[in-house]
Amino acid sequence: MIRPALKKLFIELALPALLFALLYAMSASSTNFYFPPLSTVLQKFSAIWLGPRFFSDVIPSLERLLAGYLLACIAGVALGLPIGLSRGLRRAAEPVLEFFRAIPPVAVIPLLIMVMGFGDAMKVTVIAAGAIWPILLNTVEGVKAVDPVLDETCRTYQIRGLARLRHFILPSASPQIIVGMRLGLSIGIVLMVISEMFAALDGLGSAIIYFQRSYEIPEMWSGVLMLGLFGFALSMVFRGFERWALAWYHGMRHMEKKN
Amino acid sequence: MNAVLEQTTTAAVAVEHLNKVYESKERRVEAIGDLHFEVRPGDFTCIVGPSGAGKTTLLKCLAGLLAPTRGAVRVNGREVTAPPQEMAVVFQEYGRSLFPWKTVRENVELPLRERGVPAAERARMVSAALEAVALAGAGDSYPWQLSGGMQQRVAIARAVAYQPKVMVLDEPFAAVDAQTRADLEDLMLRLWSDLKLTMIFVTHDIDEAVYLGQRVLVLSSSPTRVLDDVRIDLPTPRTQAETRVHPAFATLRTRVYGGIQAAKAAH
Repeated sequence: MIRPALKKLFIELALPALLFALLYAMSASSTNFYFPPLSTVLQKFSAIWLGPRFFSDVIPSLERLLAGYLLACIAGVALGLPIGLSRGLRRAAEPVLEFFRAIPPVAVIPLLIMVMGFGDAMKVTVIAAGAIWPILLNTVEGVKAVDPVLDETCRTYQIRGLARLRHFILPSASPQIIVGMRLGLSIGIVLMVISEMFAALDGLGSAIIYFQRSYEIPEMWSGVLMLGLFGFALSMVFRGFERWALAWYHGMRHMEKKN
Repeated sequence: MNAVLEQTTTAAVAVEHLNKVYESKERRVEAIGDLHFEVRPGDFTCIVGPSGAGKTTLLKCLAGLLAPTRGAVRVNGREVTAPPQEMAVVFQEYGRSLFPWKTVRENVELPLRERGVPAAERARMVSAALEAVALAGAGDSYPWQLSGGMQQRVAIARAVAYQPKVMVLDEPFAAVDAQTRADLEDLMLRLWSDLKLTMIFVTHDIDEAVYLGQRVLVLSSSPTRVLDDVRIDLPTPRTQAETRVHPAFATLRTRVYGGIQAAKAAH
C-alpha cells in the first residue's frame, strides 16, 4: 500500500523538482536586468511574502476571491437549476446567456469602477461576474441530463418539490456542477489579479504592479511566484473538496471501468 | 375479450378500455388498442406479451407516469391521474432506479422520510425490508458496489418498505443471470404470500409468468389487446424443483406460448 503511494508521489514531484533545478542553475549567472537569478528571487520571496505582505496583500486577495467566487457559486447554481429544469425558461434564457458569456468580464471593469468605485465591492463583483458563467452553464447542462428512470422513480415514490431538488436533481447534476466550479475558480483568480492591477491599494495584483512600476524586478518576480503558489494551493483545496463531494461518483466510475 | 370480470369485490386495479396513442408531427403510433381487465386484491397477475407489445406503456399508465389517450386506470376504485400513493414500482433498469449517491439504507429510507415516518419507525421498517430480501448486511454499501441481482433486491426492499397495497414490476429480472433469477422469483413468491400484496408482474418470459402467477394475461402485439386470460391453478407453495416439472405446468406453458406465437403471427 505504501510503496505505490510513494512511487506516485515521486513521479508527481520529479518534474517540478527538475524544472526548478534547471531554472536555478541556468539563471544563476544571469546579469539580465529583467531576468534575475532565481536565487535572488527566492531571497526576495522569503523576505516579502513570508513576512508582513502575506497579511497585507495575500489575505485581502484571498478574501476578495472567496467572496466573489462563493457569490458566483451560489448564484450560478441557483439560476442554473430553474433554467435546467424548465424547457421554456431555457429557450428564453439561452441566447441571453450566450451573449453575456461572450463579453470578457475584464471589459466591464472600467464601467464598474465608475459605478462602484475602487473598493472591494467592485473587485468582488468583477470576480463573481466572470466566474458565474461556467458554473451557471454547467448547472443547466447537469440538470438537463438527469436520468429519466430515476426521475420516474422519484415520481412513483412521491419525492417532490424541495426533496426532489435536494435528493435527486442536485446530486445528479453535481459532477457537472463541480466541473463548472473548477473552471470558475481559475477565471476568478485571473479576474482577482486584473481587478487589483486596475485599481487597488493592496492585494497580489496591486503588489506586482507596484514592483513593476518601481523597477524592483526580483520583487516583481517573487510576486508572480507567490501568485503561482496561491493558485496551486487553491486548486489543491478544490481537489480535496471534489474528492469528498464526488466520492460516490468516482467510486462508481472506478467500478464501471473494472467490469 | 375473455377477461373474467369479478363483480363481487372492488378490483385492486381496474384497467378500463385503456387506449394510448403516441402522436408526433411525423407519425401516429397506437401502442395500446383497447385493454380491459381487472385485478383482484391479493392476486399475483403476470402480464406477458411479445416484445413491442406495449407492456412498458401499460405499466406507465398503471403507475400514473403516463396519461392514457382514452379509457382509465383505477386503483382501489380511484382514477389514476398521478402516481398513486398505495403503489410501488420496481423498474427493469435497477442500476438506474437507485440513487448512486445514497447508501442502500438511505435508498430504501428516502420514500419513508418524505412520507413523514418518524426516524425510529423508519429505521425499523428499513431493517425489516432489507432483512426480507436477505440484504441485512449491505445497508451501508452503495448500490454500485453490489451485483445486479443484489441491486434489484435493494429496489425490491425499497418497494417493500414503502408498504404498498399494489406492487408493479416491469421485467425486473430481465438483466440478471439464470440462477439469480430463480432466487429472485422465489423471493417474490415469498414476499407476496407474507405481505398479502397485489402483484402485477410484467415479463416477456413465459416460464416465469406461469411459475409466478395465479393468472397470466397474454397481450397481443400493438395496438395491444388482451389475447388470453389464463388462470394458473398450480399447487402452492411453488418450488423451482417441483412446480416446473408439474404436468399442468407444461400444459399452461404451452397455452401461453401458443398465445404469444399467435400474437407474433398476427403482427
